[in-house]
Amino acid sequence: MAVFATNMSKRRFGVTDILILAFIFVLLYAVLHLGASMSVPFSTEDQIDISLDPAMLPFYAGRSLLRMFAAFGASLIFTLVYGYIAAKSKAAERVLVPLLDILQSVPVLGFLSATITAFMAIFPGSLLGVELASIFAIFTGQAWNMTFSFYHSLITVPKDLEEAAAVLRLNWWQKFMRLELPFSGISLIWNSMMSFGGGWFFLAASETISVLGQSIRLPGVGSYLALAIEAGDMQAILYSILTMVLMIILVDQLFWRPLVVWSQKFKMEMSEAADLPSSFMYNILQRSVVINVCRRGILKPITRVFGFMLDRFAGLSEVAVMEVKRFSNISFLSTIFKIGCGVLFIYWISAPTRAAFELVRGINHIQLIGVFQLGLCTLGRVIIAVFLGALWTIPVGVSIGLNPRLSKILQPIVQVAASFPANMLFPFITILFLKYQINFEWGSISLMMLGTQWYILFNVIAGAMSIPNDLLEASAIYKLTGWAKWKSLIFPSIFPYLVTGAITASGGAWNASIVSEIVSWHEDQLTATGLGAYISQVTAQGDWGGIIWGITVMCIFVVLLNRLVWRRLYQLAEGKYHLG
Amino acid sequence: MKKLIEVKNIYKIFDIKGSEGATILEDINLSVNEGEFLAILGPSGSGKSTLLRIIAGLIPASTGSVTYLGKPIIGVNPGVAMVFQSFALFPWLTVLENVMLGLEAKHISETDKRKKALNIIDVVGLDGFENAYPKELSGGMRQRVGIGRALVSDPDVLLMDEPFSALDVLTAENLRRDLLELWLDGKIPTKSIILVTHGIEEAVYMADRAVILSAGPAKIIRDIPINMPRWRDKKAFEFTDIVDHIYSLMTRKEMRGTEATELQNKKAIVVPNVTAGALTGFLELLEDLNERTDLYKLAERFVMDIEDFLPIVETASLLQFAKVVEGDIELTSAGVEFAQASVIERKELFKTQLIANVPFVSQMLTIIQSKSNQRMNIEFFEEIIRRSVGEDVATQQIETLLNWGRYAEIFEYDNQKEQVYIEKVNQDQ
Repeated sequence: MAVFATNMSKRRFGVTDILILAFIFVLLYAVLHLGASMSVPFSTEDQIDISLDPAMLPFYAGRSLLRMFAAFGASLIFTLVYGYIAAKSKAAERVLVPLLDILQSVPVLGFLSATITAFMAIFPGSLLGVELASIFAIFTGQAWNMTFSFYHSLITVPKDLEEAAAVLRLNWWQKFMRLELPFSGISLIWNSMMSFGGGWFFLAASETISVLGQSIRLPGVGSYLALAIEAGDMQAILYSILTMVLMIILVDQLFWRPLVVWSQKFKMEMSEAADLPSSFMYNILQRSVVINVCRRGILKPITRVFGFMLDRFAGLSEVAVMEVKRFSNISFLSTIFKIGCGVLFIYWISAPTRAAFELVRGINHIQLIGVFQLGLCTLGRVIIAVFLGALWTIPVGVSIGLNPRLSKILQPIVQVAASFPANMLFPFITILFLKYQINFEWGSISLMMLGTQWYILFNVIAGAMSIPNDLLEASAIYKLTGWAKWKSLIFPSIFPYLVTGAITASGGAWNASIVSEIVSWHEDQLTATGLGAYISQVTAQGDWGGIIWGITVMCIFVVLLNRLVWRRLYQLAEGKYHLG
Repeated sequence: MKKLIEVKNIYKIFDIKGSEGATILEDINLSVNEGEFLAILGPSGSGKSTLLRIIAGLIPASTGSVTYLGKPIIGVNPGVAMVFQSFALFPWLTVLENVMLGLEAKHISETDKRKKALNIIDVVGLDGFENAYPKELSGGMRQRVGIGRALVSDPDVLLMDEPFSALDVLTAENLRRDLLELWLDGKIPTKSIILVTHGIEEAVYMADRAVILSAGPAKIIRDIPINMPRWRDKKAFEFTDIVDHIYSLMTRKEMRGTEATELQNKKAIVVPNVTAGALTGFLELLEDLNERTDLYKLAERFVMDIEDFLPIVETASLLQFAKVVEGDIELTSAGVEFAQASVIERKELFKTQLIANVPFVSQMLTIIQSKSNQRMNIEFFEEIIRRSVGEDVATQQIETLLNWGRYAEIFEYDNQKEQVYIEKVNQDQ
């Protein structure tokens, strides 16, 4: 009990503490209740009914949230393990990093049908399979970005701290906990927040999907909306959108903001920054007696015991490695291990690869080439969407970024807008298209833009905010205005940010094409000629050859576009227009 | 006296693809006895920090061995702790937590760790700052945390890598005294200290023995015992005498690279990392003095660190603008002419001296002129330099050579295409 006595918070138990206690209990109950309903019996013939009753919305929202957090937890574990291995083993790095690069440019939604059938096969007769497939889809939308950030942090740990850790004889676990994890903390949390924001889109898209001629629905906000669209119930659509916005804001305020504020203590800078982020929730948690008691009485002893065990394990493992090194040729052993891994991997993928190849061979040549032409259509849409997005966001973003007061108010709003799953807004646009008979070949571009332009806006604002004040003053003194100012100051300054935003937007647009080239409202369906629509259609029909070929072609397009255009622009931005 | 650490025949060669590699340390033999305060002195880039890291077991030597209490070390040396130039504190841990990190690897109870850490915090004079974060502390205080973290594990040997050079003059002086007091009064169980520094005065003030390294590849050129009684008076004749002696040793050896025979050697293309502007300023000041001057006094007069000062002296004598004899420096006739010339004339003079004294520059010029478009990729020259001196040095070398070449208007550089070229307009004027 000595732990309590010495560190007891001076504040007395108050109303906020009661609220927090209540909140903790509600949270525990909700997680248990919602979690239990994830594994109810399920078959494609006998589906769970989704009700349009608004009273059911909190339950659906809870289910959706649980999915999001389960996916985030999985992403986090994946990030830590994958990033650590990639950063620590030279041999693994050569394979894992390029693989990650490909994975992050692949359109996730295209794989949804494959993963759903796989997970359903693992858990036959239970909803858990479909749940996991949805969680997996969200996971694939979050994990790569987070992993890249963590890997990058690990390889940029300052050399003097590395050396200090070595001289202090910290074992790998101690080094991980004391140095590597804290050092990567800020960027990991920031990237997690961004990836989580992007995850809402995949949530909405993955809760309801047509696969193998069957429409599968998971209880959640996304499927509620899908049902509302089918029924043409405008009021229910509005309810679901409202719920979504509320969820995004609540998660941001109650979960991410406090984390971001807390993570500031891991700043490497040795001076105190003037403008620190703040969070009311963080302040409440900080002051609360309940939280402090929980932290010291429950969390600390648990982490200490775990830490102690891992500590011993890490120490022993290092001794073991030393012993092995002393008695045998370690490089010989590790070569055998690497070759073993390689052989196992090839063996593991050879059968599915052959099967996939056979399926694709079954399609006739004209159709194979036709898919490429569809890819070109979608490519055109992606490029136009990014271009149009840039066209309006550059002037707007710059004027927001150059006005500190405006940017302070608008930046969080833009962030929420970027998080909001654009596919939930599609029905409104669809109605307009139907009413005014707009050509959907072009119209689908606007659907694509709906989700992706925010990334450009967000980055342009950040770019404009980063223009050093002395350069702005200099351009004022030399009377640079209008085009001259844009050409010599603003455009070069925001260029790196613009490129980053455009890369993200382009990746998002490819993903969006799968849901935005084919939309429906009530009984009507609009389809645009393109690869996204093709993948959606073959997925619904259960045409495996078509699915595999469609995704392959899309991957080829995305990777080529990245290599040939975006990477070059990025290098140009890094090299020439890098400030400071 | 017991030998704590012994360094035998250490060589450090950094491997470079397609060549014999760059030698950083050459045949270093050194032993550290119990009760000894040893200083390792050397000009910048001489590999003294590399040597310290080899002793610590942080990096392996290419050949040779380091023993602690007679046993060769594998991995990190078990008998040492280290203090870093940059402090190397963990910004997210408090002073107490940072110091306790020194005990993390020991299997003792949390309470004992705390007690020991608090005790050492008291000893290094940080009482009352246990719960402060490093960013709340001044530079001197931060280094006290660094010293406390190193001492808390009761190491036999304390390794210090330029521990005072990131601090301002007064703070550094204060910390030196405090550390020396702990050491002399036996308030810490440390049996021996190795201090790496470029400050000659600092070494003579603190150490019992100074080992002097030459510029790369580093060899031990002298091992000087400093037998003055403590506390030493920096104004005393005996003190300045030793400082002066070491100064002339270091500057003499520094010049080794400029001797004619060495110039034929491929390795001698190493030019000091000094900009044309810094050199010009130095020559002007020297011309103002208008006499043969003692280098040590000159450095003091300009309030310059030896780390910054020696490369400039080296450049001046490499380009034959100045002569260094026995620790004194004097302008040559070319130097006088340069100092008195106008901005445009200076460029001409610089060009003449550069082409005459740095063969690599004339080689570069010939190669570029032989090309029909008068352009050459910088990568080509970098590769040549890389073969003899290694990756890191090569980048610096190219930077310096480009700075000199552009100043002298010998050639131009296109940053976009990464090409060196000769400006055609020049010939019309």
